[in-house]
Amino acid sequence: MTFSRRGGRGSFWRRRLVRFVVSLIALLLASFAMIHLIPGDPVRASLGPAAPAELVAARRAALGLDQPLPVQFAHYTRDLLSGNMGTSFLSGEPVTGVIAARLPNTLTLAVLAALLALAVAVPLGMWAGVRTENGRHRGTDVTFGSVTGTAVAVPEFLYSIALVSVFAIGLGWFPPAGRTGLTSWVLPILALAIGPTAMIARLSRVETQRELGTEYVRLARAKRLPAPRLYLRHVLPNTLTATLTVGGLLLTALIAGSVLVEYVFAWPGLGLKIVESITQKDYPVAQGVILVYGTIVLVVNLLVDVLLGWLDPTSDIREA
Amino acid sequence: MGRLIRRLPSSPAAVAGAVLVTLMVILAIIGPPIWGAAAERIDPAAILQGSSAAHPLGTDNLGRDLLARVLVAGRYSLTLALLAALIGAGAGIVLGALPSVLPRRAARLVTGTVNALVAFPGLLLAMFTAVIAGLGAKGAVLGIGAAIAPGFARLTQTMAASIAGADYVAAARMLGVSRARILVRHVLPNIAEPLILNLTQALGGALLGLAGMSFLGLGVQPPAFDWGRLLFDGFARIYVTPEVALGPALAVALAGIGFNLLGDALAKVASRTAVPGKLSVPVVPPEQGEPDPGAVLEVKDLSVTFPGGVQPVRELSLTVAPGEIVGLVGESGSGKSLTAAAVGGLVPYPGAVTSGRLRLCGADLGELPEAERRKLLGTSLAMVFQDPMASLNPALKVGGQLAEVSIVHQGASRADARRRAVDRLGHVHLPEPEKQARRHPHQLSGGMRQRAVIAMGLMGTPKLIIADEPTTALDVTVQRQILRLLREVTEETGSAALFISHDIAVVGELCDRVAVMYAGRVVEELPVEQLATGAAHPYTRALVASLPDMDTDRSGPLASIPGRQPSPGQVGAGCAFTDRCPLATARCAERPPLVTYGKAHRVACWEA
Repeated sequence: MTFSRRGGRGSFWRRRLVRFVVSLIALLLASFAMIHLIPGDPVRASLGPAAPAELVAARRAALGLDQPLPVQFAHYTRDLLSGNMGTSFLSGEPVTGVIAARLPNTLTLAVLAALLALAVAVPLGMWAGVRTENGRHRGTDVTFGSVTGTAVAVPEFLYSIALVSVFAIGLGWFPPAGRTGLTSWVLPILALAIGPTAMIARLSRVETQRELGTEYVRLARAKRLPAPRLYLRHVLPNTLTATLTVGGLLLTALIAGSVLVEYVFAWPGLGLKIVESITQKDYPVAQGVILVYGTIVLVVNLLVDVLLGWLDPTSDIREA
Repeated sequence: MGRLIRRLPSSPAAVAGAVLVTLMVILAIIGPPIWGAAAERIDPAAILQGSSAAHPLGTDNLGRDLLARVLVAGRYSLTLALLAALIGAGAGIVLGALPSVLPRRAARLVTGTVNALVAFPGLLLAMFTAVIAGLGAKGAVLGIGAAIAPGFARLTQTMAASIAGADYVAAARMLGVSRARILVRHVLPNIAEPLILNLTQALGGALLGLAGMSFLGLGVQPPAFDWGRLLFDGFARIYVTPEVALGPALAVALAGIGFNLLGDALAKVASRTAVPGKLSVPVVPPEQGEPDPGAVLEVKDLSVTFPGGVQPVRELSLTVAPGEIVGLVGESGSGKSLTAAAVGGLVPYPGAVTSGRLRLCGADLGELPEAERRKLLGTSLAMVFQDPMASLNPALKVGGQLAEVSIVHQGASRADARRRAVDRLGHVHLPEPEKQARRHPHQLSGGMRQRAVIAMGLMGTPKLIIADEPTTALDVTVQRQILRLLREVTEETGSAALFISHDIAVVGELCDRVAVMYAGRVVEELPVEQLATGAAHPYTRALVASLPDMDTDRSGPLASIPGRQPSPGQVGAGCAFTDRCPLATARCAERPPLVTYGKAHRVACWEA
């Protein structure tokens, strides 16, 4: 088993890449299909029952909806590749421009929240894991369990509302809405990060305790290594695999969670836009934003796998 | 289900979760009949009010009392969540079970789709579905259901796959039972319980998801209202009267917390372990004689006590002279490994170690300051554990794991430590030590890893090597090599060794002296030459007799000792071997002390 390793790694990446491409195609099909799966006529639904039939027909023709499906899909794909995602039903702006203007706000928010969550949660979880090893310190165990258990269960929009009420409206420390300056980032990032922090801290604790029970940590303890070396060099690297796997899933969840947080803070990101576009039946925008969200999810998952493969020397035997 | 409820954990979190969920269910039942009228009563005189005595949470744009509306909305919120969870679970179970009845290609397609969907955030799936199904409760419920389904599908799939490997399923398949029938008769009933447990968590997720959708204005539309919709209305007024958002927010939070805590507890039910009892106070050991200054290891009256008074190691005494290899033999559960752990200071919590004397290299481990104790244990004592696959950290390179001993305890530079590591690896006959040092443990074979672990012990200047079943996990030929290596290492370095094994043949081959353990005590200590013919204790004799050799008649059954060793909790006051002993007399009700029997030979038996 030691000899086929290089080939194993190569085929792992090949399989992983194939999966990425297949998922991307499926996503493309789904976003294309979305507009056709809407019962009735999306243009009629968007313009309302009072709109004149000529306008509906013209709009349909402009969207190419009068052509056969395969032709439409071919055009859709071709347009996408040249960066054209259609125009908004409402404002007439190109969807690509709308997304390009808002995507950075959403991504920065999600990435900062994810980094904050990891930076707080991993040390916290390790500390709790070491402290409550083998059932020591019942008090810490119960406190940690109930605080994180509660924090995980409260959705991000409630954190957002609570933070806005207390720190923006009540105390006036931070702006309540919009992206106005550095201080305006604080509350949205916090609201987005609290849940994942609790989640990762719990996981990190479980992983730490699993590691502490292993034979090699026992041997490392028999070597009488000082605590920082033992925990940082022997325990931490082995807990990261699981933490990052979930961390990656959380990042995608954060991007979705940002929809709600953006809504509360009127944050000029994609999330606010998709809510607007769905409520106003602006289908091209909704279609484009969902496609972008989906692509982000696929890319993040791919990146997490790449990172894990790079971090964990044994990951090539992991089944994709 | 009854079995489930009885196994419910009673942790504070689980109880809090159960209470919250029960309250939510009660609210859903009694809410609408009691407060229904108040929730719909329009009062033009009290429009958009904040908190007041008449309306604790304020009123909405038609003057309706918000507290009543929050209490009434519970039923709708929970019903929709239940609906979404059931839709999600139903679709998920079907999707997850399909691969076990479909032809291979189709099965792979379903599995692949499920795997791709699991990675997608639920809210995105829900929004996608909601766009298609249209705004409103129906779209939101379908959307959240779609968001829940992939998780359930994955769960069903993994569990079904593990059941499918079970013997009884294989047997059914052999009998020609159809796959669909196997699924319905064997697989689904066996995974029903975990699926039900997961439904609670799914219900919580659905509740929060629906609240989120309604809060965004994508879910429940007026005149209907759920908590999310009330929050949507309240949020619009948050600058003026923040308290109107409080009621629905609190309701959503409490419901979310309740379902999550209960769901967590239910998920844990399957893996419940016993909670240890209170720690009993160990007895103070009696006075000891003068310490033996020459001994590498001197243990007197060592006991390891676990909560509840269970003592796997009892008043054990053992001395190891410099350069000597002492074998510690006994059946599993006789306390061998715990003895080793106690000497190395590695007994896991909540085990408590007490000893009349515990001296390593002439220093009393109990009296040494912490820093010196670490150093002494880190450099003079080397430990080799049973499973070489598990004793090296998979994330670190072999060389680094060796080098850190020198860096930490001898203040060596990285380069020096590294050089020594390579040297030590060569010393244990690892081919190409330079290369092995740069490799990760998983790239080495079992025998190579055990060599590396031994080399790690040689980084310091070991006076004592404790090897705890170091060959048990290895192939027979590799076992020989490792035993030879241990012998060689002790001869070269002058280190003593405590060799722990259940295999009396191996011990007889390698060791100078043998200590036989039974039920936590040493029952006989004798020079290895005496083992074959001169053993005095009936247990040692039985162990020796149970060994097959060239003359053993292979057609007959192998000799074994009738009966079983008592578990640590069952050991009585007398000789623990009495029940299995052919020589037992009335006197054996009193425990025989370990007394000198011959030259370097001690035994604990009245009849010896």
